[in-house]
Amino acid sequence: MNLSVNFCGIDFPNPTVLASGYLGVTGASLANCVKNGCGGVTAKSLFMDERPGNANPTVLTYPGGIINAVGLCGEGIKEARHEFEVYAKKCPNNPLIGSIAGNNIKELVEVAEIMDSYPVDMIELNFSCPNVDDEMGRPFACDPGMTAEGMKAVRKVTKKPISVKLSPNTPLIGLIAQRAEAEGADAITAVNTMGPGMLIDIYMRKPILANKVGGVGGMALKPIALRCVYDIYKNVQIPIIGTGGISNGKDAIEMLMAGANLLGIGSALAYHDMKAFELITTKIHDFMEEEGFMDVDELVGLAHEDAVDPRKF
Amino acid sequence: MTILSLKVTDITEENPYFKTYTFKHALNAKPGQFVMVWMPDVDEVPMSIGWQTDNEFKIGIFKAGDCTTAIHEKIKVGDRLGIRGPFGEGFDLIKDYKKIVLVGGGCGTPPMLSVAQSAAEKGIKITSIIGARTEDLLIYEKEFKELGCEVLVSTDDGSKGHKGFTTEMLEELLGKEKADCIMTCGPEIMMYKVAQMAKENKIDCQVSLERFMKCGFGICGQCCIDGTGLRVCKDGPVFNAKVALQHQEFGKYHRSASGRRIDFSGQSCD
Repeated sequence: MNLSVNFCGIDFPNPTVLASGYLGVTGASLANCVKNGCGGVTAKSLFMDERPGNANPTVLTYPGGIINAVGLCGEGIKEARHEFEVYAKKCPNNPLIGSIAGNNIKELVEVAEIMDSYPVDMIELNFSCPNVDDEMGRPFACDPGMTAEGMKAVRKVTKKPISVKLSPNTPLIGLIAQRAEAEGADAITAVNTMGPGMLIDIYMRKPILANKVGGVGGMALKPIALRCVYDIYKNVQIPIIGTGGISNGKDAIEMLMAGANLLGIGSALAYHDMKAFELITTKIHDFMEEEGFMDVDELVGLAHEDAVDPRKF
Repeated sequence: MTILSLKVTDITEENPYFKTYTFKHALNAKPGQFVMVWMPDVDEVPMSIGWQTDNEFKIGIFKAGDCTTAIHEKIKVGDRLGIRGPFGEGFDLIKDYKKIVLVGGGCGTPPMLSVAQSAAEKGIKITSIIGARTEDLLIYEKEFKELGCEVLVSTDDGSKGHKGFTTEMLEELLGKEKADCIMTCGPEIMMYKVAQMAKENKIDCQVSLERFMKCGFGICGQCCIDGTGLRVCKDGPVFNAKVALQHQEFGKYHRSASGRRIDFSGQSCD
């Protein structure tokens, strides 16, 4: 039985990939996730400049999931080189995805040029960051035209496989994915957090997050993420990293069947800590055994009406 | 996990820089665990848990930065602070320890008191070494004595007890007596020395690390230590000293809010 996945020419030993924003500040931390069973890792999004992020509280769980406004903190792309090198040395067999962001297209391209020189197997464009080129400061991922423009500009400066990370906060995600593909994206990562949302402390009579609002992930995001991946799968040919509220193996299989080839794992860490990766891969393995599948690829897109069940042959 | 917004029921000023805050709530934390303390409109910071009873817990807050200063200046008895936790791995008193030595300094003293409280209940003999710059800044000397601990004091200026550092007192003690375990919490350079001394003397040792935290429960990666990537908030803050010594950053550097490495004298490592 095979659980390894070849994605854009890169070999992942299993379909779980640590999602961006979780445990991705240091190379050592990323390597610790590999030690605990994840197939590949996505580092924390980096801008050009150092960013301290928001004051705390920045992350909260609630019965439906997680809300965060960490604030895209980071050392800045140049200073973070060291962390990529540490990881690449510790984990040569587990793909490393570098995530980049920019306040505008010019910055995005400059960051991409530097990331291109790092030992990353793939570059993920965090298009949920606000874009000041847009007159309303909307994220790239909320507009097909901006997604296309951003993707086109980055495509020119790197030959590495690029995945565009989209936001669920748009009714047009299928179209937006198409525009990214048309400009040369090799893959789509779907989805980032939804919202923004808020939680209020009734005794303090205030929003709890220091930023007041934050992105919502975890269990509440799952049905949204599944539908987004399902839509994107119908609209593009390129492969998908499906992420959003996968908290166990069953959720993971749902995401594969929606159309994802790889699984972005984040909020599951809040429920299962470091056991999350093995929990998920074990369940996928057991399901495949029970249901008669030989390769994890066979599960991809099975929930679609025109899917061909490989076991029929 | 929710934030509990709890009323402060007592504030005791131990010295101009350090206050003990009491909350009526059965936290049931293990010694060495911490809570994230939310001061609305300012910040939320990790604080080790100190003294506990069946229905109360205390934290000790040292006036170090914006958040702790705001708490000192603005919070009165009856005001609320947001409490999230308890989090982390605490001190391990499960082994057959008969005699332990506690080495505490400054804001490291509350968790040492918490360990002393649990250890005294188990009938373990305790020597508590407490240090401060000067006599007026010593914390919880009376409380340790009331638990039955042998208390050894050191001050930088010699105004009380030994003139010098807690580590010097520890060295002297280890030369005279045996101990089953050394537990320590305080400035990292002090803990590093303690860990090395424990290693040389082949004694069990547990250290309580502190790092910049954001989520506080093990998912954001802000407080991971080089080189294993273990999380101070989840895999620690208490670590076996042997494990701590495996980390190149122990005693050498930590990270700022952005993740940049800073050495313990405050200089950037980049």
